[in-house]
Amino acid sequence: MDFTAVDKIIEGYHGDKTAILAILQDIQVVYNYLPREAMMRVVEKMGVSQTQVSSLATFFHAFSLKPRGKNIVTVCMGTACHVRGAPRVLDEIERQMGVKNQETTADGQFTVETVNCVGACALGPLVMVNGNYHGNIATSEVSEVLDQYRKPAGQA
Amino acid sequence: MEKATTPQALLGIIENHEKARDPKAVRVSVCGGTGCKASGATPLIEAFRSEIATRKLDIEVISTGCHGFCERGPLVVLHPSGVFYQKVKPKDVGEILDKTLAKGEIIPRLQYRDENRQVYEKEKDVPFYKHQERIVFAMNGHIDPTRLDHYLSMGGYRALAKVLSTRTPEEVIDEVIRSGLRGRGGAGFPAGVKWKYTRAAAGTPKYVICNADEGDPGAFMDRSILEGNPHLVLEGMIIGAFAIGSTEGYVYVRNEYPLAIENLQLAISQARELGILGENILGTGFSFDVKINRGGGAFVCGEATALVNSIEGKRGMPRTRPPRLAEKGLYGKPTNINNVETWANVPYIINRGVEWFTSIGTGDVSKNPWGGSKGTKIFSLVGKVNNTGLVEVPMGISLRKIVFDIGGGIKDSKKGRTFKAVQTGGPSGGCIPAQYLDHPVDFDELSKLGSMMGSGGMIVMDDHTCMVEVARYFVDFLKEESCGKCTPCREGLRRMSEILNRMVRGEGRHEDLELLEDLGSLMENASVCGLGESAANPVLSTIKYFKSEYEHHIESGLCDGRQCIDLIRYHISDACTGCTICAKKCPTGAITGENKQLHKLDQAKCVRCGVCYDACNFNAVSILSGAEIREKLGE
Repeated sequence: MDFTAVDKIIEGYHGDKTAILAILQDIQVVYNYLPREAMMRVVEKMGVSQTQVSSLATFFHAFSLKPRGKNIVTVCMGTACHVRGAPRVLDEIERQMGVKNQETTADGQFTVETVNCVGACALGPLVMVNGNYHGNIATSEVSEVLDQYRKPAGQA
Repeated sequence: MEKATTPQALLGIIENHEKARDPKAVRVSVCGGTGCKASGATPLIEAFRSEIATRKLDIEVISTGCHGFCERGPLVVLHPSGVFYQKVKPKDVGEILDKTLAKGEIIPRLQYRDENRQVYEKEKDVPFYKHQERIVFAMNGHIDPTRLDHYLSMGGYRALAKVLSTRTPEEVIDEVIRSGLRGRGGAGFPAGVKWKYTRAAAGTPKYVICNADEGDPGAFMDRSILEGNPHLVLEGMIIGAFAIGSTEGYVYVRNEYPLAIENLQLAISQARELGILGENILGTGFSFDVKINRGGGAFVCGEATALVNSIEGKRGMPRTRPPRLAEKGLYGKPTNINNVETWANVPYIINRGVEWFTSIGTGDVSKNPWGGSKGTKIFSLVGKVNNTGLVEVPMGISLRKIVFDIGGGIKDSKKGRTFKAVQTGGPSGGCIPAQYLDHPVDFDELSKLGSMMGSGGMIVMDDHTCMVEVARYFVDFLKEESCGKCTPCREGLRRMSEILNRMVRGEGRHEDLELLEDLGSLMENASVCGLGESAANPVLSTIKYFKSEYEHHIESGLCDGRQCIDLIRYHISDACTGCTICAKKCPTGAITGENKQLHKLDQAKCVRCGVCYDACNFNAVSILSGAEIREKLGE
């Protein structure tokens, strides 16, 4: 594994041992998940224990230890979205993708995730794809939204 | 930006900016908050800017923070006239410039209409805004949060200049105590008292922290304050640090709020350039700087001791108290944590005085800071209500005023939906039923009803909301978020979740209610932190006010809210006109029927997604539950 990107992130924090959480967050932005090798690199470079790094990586909701798809579909499950039908929207997305929450499609295109709240409650139910917000979404509109991110036919 | 070297110099800079602001200048404010951006505000702002540049007009376009009325975004307000347009698209820009800005002509299509088709021309007349008292949010909608000069032109940092030139730290603390300002993060602890403890505690350095780990689902006021007016929060923190004797500050903000982080980061660097963060601020010998910490998506980190652990680079698990954080907090040093909205109130209290602040709200705080709830509170009014968004109201306002006057009442009331409950206080708050709609809203009154203020989430529920399902939702949420450190919270929530999940499947038992209440009181008494102590609230408050719904689930498989999918069946009645829309939309092909003929629904194929119910324009799809299923379907 090439550690250039990881090393650059680590250097930016000047050996601050309290910054492990921030370092892991930045690594996840680069790889879309936390590769084991990258976490070991943090252990080595920062002089902290494996236990500390893995305890953070497994405690916080935002981290994924498995590779994720090219497109991240995040369904907001906050209260406002919930009362306006978010569980039905999640069901529909899972049905169309053929995967469950926290899983990635076989072609590696989509990962379905949930989040507790993104703070856009007036627009619920809300789905985010790759950070783009799709608000006031009805179950019948799910395929339309996902189509925007599907590979056009014929392209590799 | 020139650097200020004394409080007087800072005041001079502020005055120059205030004078430079022409209140009569023509401005276009476009809301650039997260909600409006999600609805397309970014291309709209671009369209205004490029069109104005092409036409060489002298009109300033301001990309502001959140106006609060997110549902109607993107929002545009034209100044100085105050004309309010909603759901504006880039293609409308030319017409707005041609008609409204050039000739004062109103474009009816872009105006706001309420549920009774009443039209409102100006922002201040719209019912959603009219009944609010916007103090913390006063500048949102007028300033560009990325522009320090905008904040200064509205008198920003005047409170800081005043404090650093005319007050001792003790005087500042005394003022904040007398103002009765209580923590907006949920618990309502008097902010000034906390500052006093931290100032008096032995040990250096002392830390001040801004808690922006807004984890309550359904609440987003902290996000909007940080995004829309980050300097206001910074000003509050700098004043607090001066009063407490702190040199280092942290803002712990959710990683799910990228725009808030970006705007705050920029504000911090601008404040350093202005000379109000860093070493020897304004030559007074007071030094203070602020760092940002991003959270990792753990709800429990909003709990102050867990938050402190997380900043230290540990798992965000709570500590046992005592000792208080004021004595032993971050890195074992005296630490003061306040919520975003609490910090944002501080500059206003200093500028306008204790007497003004205490004139708003309930109770008497002159002898006891717990004696009432003063100032305003921002609520996020969401759920089954017509006008959703952020509302800032004086403490003591009634729930009815918030839900019906500001919120415009229940969504789809014309289709027969009625108010059932309002849920306040986040996942560990409670559900308040209709009989308390006229109850005043403040810290103490909400607690009396078995709920709490929390961070200010207010989720309106209608008769199509199942209260057992609501309790199950919150318990499952908290079960996932429980850090697992203490047994009552960890195991109590799991057992509650098992019971409630059984109930919503129609497998509830008679002894379940008593068991839930027992577990609840155990968790309340024996958990380590606030999360566990209050985790049973959603269950206990729904049992208290909606016991019959639990009994119906257990005894007859009836879901009053018609939400629990194992207990309901969709049914097409004779009212069906055969318009075929439901059959076209049904994702599983469960509905069949010819054009203009009564349609049939195959229960074996139906996944109960509700698409047909939403799609039907003739009220022909009904939701059956309990005995109705046996009567109509013979199951």
